[in-house]
Amino acid sequence: MRALQLTDGFGGRGDQFYECLITTHQGLSDGESRALNARLVLLLANHIGDLEVISQACTAARASLAAVAVQQP
Amino acid sequence: MSNYQYPRYPYRTPRELGVGAPARHPVIIVGAGPVGLAGAIDLAQQGIASVVVDDNDTVSVGSRAICWAKRTLEIFDRLGVGERMIAKGVTWKVGRVYHRDRELYHFDLLPEGGHKMPAFINLQQYYVEQYLIERAAAFPHLIDLRWKNRACQVENSATGVTLGIETPEGSYRLETEWLIAADGARSTIRTLLGHPFEGSTFEEKFLIVDVRLDAQYPSERRFWFQPQFDSSQSVLIHRQPDDVFRIDFQLGWDADAEAERRTERALERVRRVVGPEVHCEFEWCSVYTFRCARMPHFVDRRVIFAGDAAHVVSPFGARGGNGGIQDIDNLCWKLASVLRNEAPAALLESYDSERGHGADENILNSSRTTAFMTPKTSAEREIRDGVLALAATFPFARALVNPGRLSRPCSLAGRPGFAADDGGIVGAMLPGTACADAPVQDARGASGWLLHYLGSHPVAMVFVDGPADAAQIEREASECGIGGLRVVLIAPDARGARASVLGDCEGLVRARYGGARGVTYLIRPDQHVLARWPQWQPQALRAAWQTCLGSHLS
Repeated sequence: MRALQLTDGFGGRGDQFYECLITTHQGLSDGESRALNARLVLLLANHIGDLEVISQACTAARASLAAVAVQQP
Repeated sequence: MSNYQYPRYPYRTPRELGVGAPARHPVIIVGAGPVGLAGAIDLAQQGIASVVVDDNDTVSVGSRAICWAKRTLEIFDRLGVGERMIAKGVTWKVGRVYHRDRELYHFDLLPEGGHKMPAFINLQQYYVEQYLIERAAAFPHLIDLRWKNRACQVENSATGVTLGIETPEGSYRLETEWLIAADGARSTIRTLLGHPFEGSTFEEKFLIVDVRLDAQYPSERRFWFQPQFDSSQSVLIHRQPDDVFRIDFQLGWDADAEAERRTERALERVRRVVGPEVHCEFEWCSVYTFRCARMPHFVDRRVIFAGDAAHVVSPFGARGGNGGIQDIDNLCWKLASVLRNEAPAALLESYDSERGHGADENILNSSRTTAFMTPKTSAEREIRDGVLALAATFPFARALVNPGRLSRPCSLAGRPGFAADDGGIVGAMLPGTACADAPVQDARGASGWLLHYLGSHPVAMVFVDGPADAAQIEREASECGIGGLRVVLIAPDARGARASVLGDCEGLVRARYGGARGVTYLIRPDQHVLARWPQWQPQALRAAWQTCLGSHLS
């Protein structure tokens, strides 16, 4: 089983990735931004293709939401 | 109030006051801040006289620039003040980043061994200026420091500059071959010459406070995103000498600057950070809005802009003061070469292009930090908060958390004038890279540092097996036609050899420079690799040096 990569996958260019993501959202309404994020997830998930990896990512994201919810009652 | 005793430097009547024809100087520097002072010292070390005028008569009020990076310390060391700065400065290693009350991660900057200078130190700008002023006094015939002399008028031409100056006793004029405008973000010279200074202002206000705390208060650098103890968006605390701590509060755009800069209000915030039981004394505070901006060109005929006068960035990453010192490092040997008629004036265009590149790199990094720290829309905020939430658990997200990317030496690899690298040498010291330091031993067995031996000259550094080759390489280098070329030969052991031979006592020069026998580096006076070859070939040196001096020529 392939494991979800949780260490830096950007080869030290994380800031560039972040800038790209923010720039892509520029000028959009909140609704449009949510819609954009949904499309991004679909595109990237298709690129990854490996359902086991995707499922681990889904679990990790969901768990992180829950952790924040506990912290901010 | 403050423990630091601000020195008052005496105003002296300028000898040109009331005299008809203005005297002509090789260089006038406007502004006696870190950048202007470093410039005067660098020029003086190369035998060039300068007049420095400053409208004030003391050092920086308040700590202002406090974080000095390794490359800057190496430049200060070349200028003869590095050891004093590190002796006084605080060398910090451990940093912690929090989101609300949760620690996301911490880091320990265990530095790589074998460098004279630490990764960086914290030292208040007033100490930096004071030490530079005291160092400048070592050149009484080359540095003419004039306090309470305010530049108020400037005429620039292709052949020189006339500067109008006001003093407490009246006005006078000076003429100069070259003028360095190091007069800060609100540069008078830039304004008088009508140059644009464009960029973006970030809609954010910061309160910065210096307080003195109990000596036992921890030295760790701590950064909070959305701290639970205070209403600010972020808080940063780090230690300076004399038990003075700098605390930055990100207040938000709508904050009332007047109310926030009141001492009592600032102290209330400080107590929320350090806890009510910690004794604290107020030193200084200021509320500021930052922006990123640069001049399109740093050279206008005979006026050269350096430091904040030429470019400003947000403070996160400590790229303002460090960037300014790198400007001076890049500029002064070029200006000295031009004044000695060893290079055409057009060499200074490479200052504009190289430091323009440096400024762009600093602005890019600082803009990215700002985007992370100040989300502008709810979508940006959701992404940012997502990164912070994931960073608590997942290492990849820690690399995306951006509370500032600390200043690193700017690489000039691939810029005009630097040789292309053919890949024949192992190691990261590509042409365009600032030289890495390493421990060495001289012929008498005394320990020292490589950068000290590179100094402020063009250098041919050649790896040899033993001292036997030294005399021949020295002779061939002296005949290659590069004025002032210094030869540094790196051997496994230098004891008993000629003075040009350095012993690579820990093998680190060889490791860092891929130093197989014959490997040759040509190094600029600002300690940047200009070209390198797998074999000693003296005839190649001159061509590379000519390309460097004439890189402006098409």
